[in-house]
Amino acid sequence: MLSGADMLVRSLQDEGVEYIYGYPGGSALHIYDAVFRQDKVKHVLVRHEQAATHMADGFARATGKPGVVLVTSGPGATNTITGIATAYMDSIPMVIISGQVMSHLIGGDAFQETDMMGVSRPVVKHSLSVQNPADIPSIVKKAFHIATTGRPGPVVIDVPKDMTTPGEEYPYEYPQEVNIRSYNPPVRGHAGQIRKAVDMLLQAKRPMIYSGGGVILGKASELLVEMTRTLGYPITQTLMGLGAYPGSDRQFIGMLGMHGTYESNMAMHNADAILAIGARFDDRVTNNIAKFCPDAQIAHIDIDPSSISKTVQVDIPIVGPVDSVLSEMIALIKESEVQPDKENLSDWWAQIDEWRKRHGGRYLTNEKGLMKPQQVVECLQKLTGGDAYITTDVGQHQMFAAQYLRFEQPNRWITSGGLGTMGFGFPAAMGVQLSFPDETVVCVTGEGSIQMNIQELSTCMQYNIPVKILNINNQSLGMVRQWQDMNYESRHSHSYMESLPDFIKLAEAYGHVGMKIEKLEDLEPMMKKALAMKDKLVFIDVYVDPSEHVYPMQVPTASMRDMWLSKTERT
Amino acid sequence: MRHILSILLENEAGALSRVVGLFSQRNYNIETLTVAPTEDPSLSRLTLTTNGDDRMIEQITKQLNKLIEVVKLVDLSEGDHIERDLMLIKVKASDGQRAEIKRCADIFRGQIVDVTSSIYTVQLVGASSKLDAFIDAVGDANVLETVRTGVSGLARGEKVLTL
Ligand SMILES: Cc1ncc(C[n+]2csc(CCOP(=O)(O)OP(=O)(O)O)c2C)c(N)n1
Ligand SMILES: [Mg+2]
Repeated sequence: MLSGADMLVRSLQDEGVEYIYGYPGGSALHIYDAVFRQDKVKHVLVRHEQAATHMADGFARATGKPGVVLVTSGPGATNTITGIATAYMDSIPMVIISGQVMSHLIGGDAFQETDMMGVSRPVVKHSLSVQNPADIPSIVKKAFHIATTGRPGPVVIDVPKDMTTPGEEYPYEYPQEVNIRSYNPPVRGHAGQIRKAVDMLLQAKRPMIYSGGGVILGKASELLVEMTRTLGYPITQTLMGLGAYPGSDRQFIGMLGMHGTYESNMAMHNADAILAIGARFDDRVTNNIAKFCPDAQIAHIDIDPSSISKTVQVDIPIVGPVDSVLSEMIALIKESEVQPDKENLSDWWAQIDEWRKRHGGRYLTNEKGLMKPQQVVECLQKLTGGDAYITTDVGQHQMFAAQYLRFEQPNRWITSGGLGTMGFGFPAAMGVQLSFPDETVVCVTGEGSIQMNIQELSTCMQYNIPVKILNINNQSLGMVRQWQDMNYESRHSHSYMESLPDFIKLAEAYGHVGMKIEKLEDLEPMMKKALAMKDKLVFIDVYVDPSEHVYPMQVPTASMRDMWLSKTERT
Repeated sequence: MRHILSILLENEAGALSRVVGLFSQRNYNIETLTVAPTEDPSLSRLTLTTNGDDRMIEQITKQLNKLIEVVKLVDLSEGDHIERDLMLIKVKASDGQRAEIKRCADIFRGQIVDVTSSIYTVQLVGASSKLDAFIDAVGDANVLETVRTGVSGLARGEKVLTL
């Protein structure tokens, strides 16, 4: 016999949860007491509930397992919303347990009462509220099941305090399985549609494979590599998809979309057949939908039927898990009598190589000697050789990281794509580092973003979390500034950070190491030194040229192929 | 085009708010909405009418199907169906108009369910278009108040929406 609080924690144990990230408060105190009285589930005390959700999120992206958050009612619950929305937009499995005021007080504007079910509703995959303590094990099981299957996503469990009262005990049994009659994610794609997609691919003259985060979530990277290599076709990936296909492989032609490579955007625009895999034709990818890939037949594999033909109308929809669909496709390709036309393919590659030369990720180094943000990212690439977990915040630094780092494996590139949440990178890195204590974990950030969850330096002190913070300090909200340069005649309305703290002293105040880098010649040796400090959090504050822009950049409302290639050059 | 979506929904707290929330969140419009428990107490039946082109309706049905509590869904307008809306309408019926309103109600197979010296309250059942036609027939100027339940409907013939 166990109390509701003990059943909740036991259920987490039985679910195999190792870490929960959270912050206590009145409505969650019975649960916190149950956490105290056991040692299987480790609790990490953050300094702001938003950080708890990003930690759980980073953990989930790196491990493929659901992240778990525990917070109190009212402000504790509302502080998680940004993190829940971030996870929702990128389909990250997460379970958020939020305390709630006692049942009889609900609806009466009680102290620290918020309608968490209502507030979170638009940004969760599902939410469950406990109405009877005896249901807790089955509710937890359901929450994990829904969060992790089909298209993953965050699930909230709202727990009124009186559901966890000590002394009120119930028989405990954790269910082996759940059956939800109205929830049956697809297990296979339609065979006829799969065949059609294979035919389309094999007959294509200018084929493109366009893959997204769904391949990583669906643990189908190896199959993606096998199929792409078998076909010999070019592949581009979305921001969320990076790492599913090895970044240094010749067939990978770079990210696509707003800040994609010239060659990827050109190849997409000119393709006659596109296979989209676990990607969702986001507006940051397609640019103007009316002008998107005018000549292409499109096949789209996605586990979520509502992703298909949501923005771009596709010709061959395939609803199913990417892994099973890809293995069926590979089998069909291998046994097919029709094979890709060698001559067409080599013409297509010749064209792509031509495009590759046009921009090639070049940037101008500054004659005044100011360091370029790209140089910082290239140095990181050189020193890690791609063998690191990289998280980012949001802005120019994020795009430079996406463009200049090479991800050879999935689950190592951790960035907020859909919501674009500043403040994500640092706590996400902490979540990763805790689960991979021996790996190098670097948060590539900007001086704007890092200050949105800087308080977590304190959590890192408490738990000795040795992440590396690479602050690409351009002394401005660079991405905002870039848009103001391009669209508002350089009127820099509130895109300056006029009163930056001394990040070195700040890091030191929390017992960490701080390093300031201002000269290019110091960059490599100091970064090397920082990365070598395996058991220290190092805050690397690198001053770079504030006037740099991210290129290529698609021209708004135009097609995929319309891009700015530098401040002065347009396609 | 107008569509009638008929949904079997888990009869659980919060399920309805998810359906309604989806419409405002995704900028779809709800024209009418009716909901009540079914003969199976674990299920509610919800009928809603909405407008949109084919692509929009496809998205709406996909998004609705994604809600965990939506058990089954059909678009009744895709096939032959029976559609009913119930209206209670108060109309001016003073001396000269009384006979005319009564005749009109008879033609539309309405029933006068309440009477005062100057007002008739008429109950009418039918497709929404029939109720609209009644309002036209008695004339906007004579209408004092209307209330409608919203559309509910079933497919014609053998087709049934069950688990
Ligand atoms: C929470 C949040 N608020 C606002 C924005 C809008 N935004 C996008 S990028 C950016 C600037 C980020 O500045 P910084 O972190 O210094 O990165 P930089 O672009 O300079 O590399 C802003 C304000 C956002 N993405 N997230
Ligand atoms: Mg900045």
